[in-house]
Amino acid sequence: MTGKTTLTFALMDAPFESARSTTALRLLDIAAARGFDISVFAYEGAVMQTFALQRPHANTVHGRSAEEENHFLPKDAIAALFDAAKRHGGSLDWVNCGLCVDERGAGEAIAGVRRGTPADFWKMAEASHNTLVIPTRD
Amino acid sequence: MTNYLLIESRDGIDARDSGGFCCELATVLSRRGDRVAVFAVQNGVLSLRAGAHAPGLTKLMFAGVSVQADLFSLRERGIPVDGLAHGVVPSELGTVIDCLADGWRVIWH
Repeated sequence: MTGKTTLTFALMDAPFESARSTTALRLLDIAAARGFDISVFAYEGAVMQTFALQRPHANTVHGRSAEEENHFLPKDAIAALFDAAKRHGGSLDWVNCGLCVDERGAGEAIAGVRRGTPADFWKMAEASHNTLVIPTRD
Repeated sequence: MTNYLLIESRDGIDARDSGGFCCELATVLSRRGDRVAVFAVQNGVLSLRAGAHAPGLTKLMFAGVSVQADLFSLRERGIPVDGLAHGVVPSELGTVIDCLADGWRVIWH
């Protein structure tokens, strides 16, 4: 472990379903702004956070177009996190659990995301100053 | 002495399914001589309103546990800072990152 701060996060929540996902992205954004090296292991439904085929949609009930609806897409926020981490002198290493990806047919992830196993989470935690596990519960 | 930050994201700081975490664990650790803080986020801030029925909060304060409320979660729910129970400290989420970087044991129940 080097002197530079490295933090690992484990995520388990699927996108669009839990406030925990929003809080997780806020935490990652803060860590990126501080120039930390960040490792993320996405497990179970969390592998959908980086699914490249997420699409914005209109809201016909409220009569709004897709543009007016300005739908939040986690994949875009995470793509911005990769840029933010780099811009501030840090890095973001995002690993999706491979079996979780296969189960969900979520192989098409945004650029920068790699496929791994829970062993990667162990390696990340070993190489980090600290680790936060964000479990699935509301 | 070990530093612990316990994150509570659900309403009912002393409810049976979450209070075992926030109140009992925090209290036990504090009595053992560890430094303990509870950081409430999302619906976890609801129990921290002045006047809310949350005997667990008193228990935490009595045990010397620092209780903090995420400012963003407060704003989302229309809870003013001066509407918090006495002793609760409004804080930025960056507190969690600071604690992680400083080697605190951070546990999200």
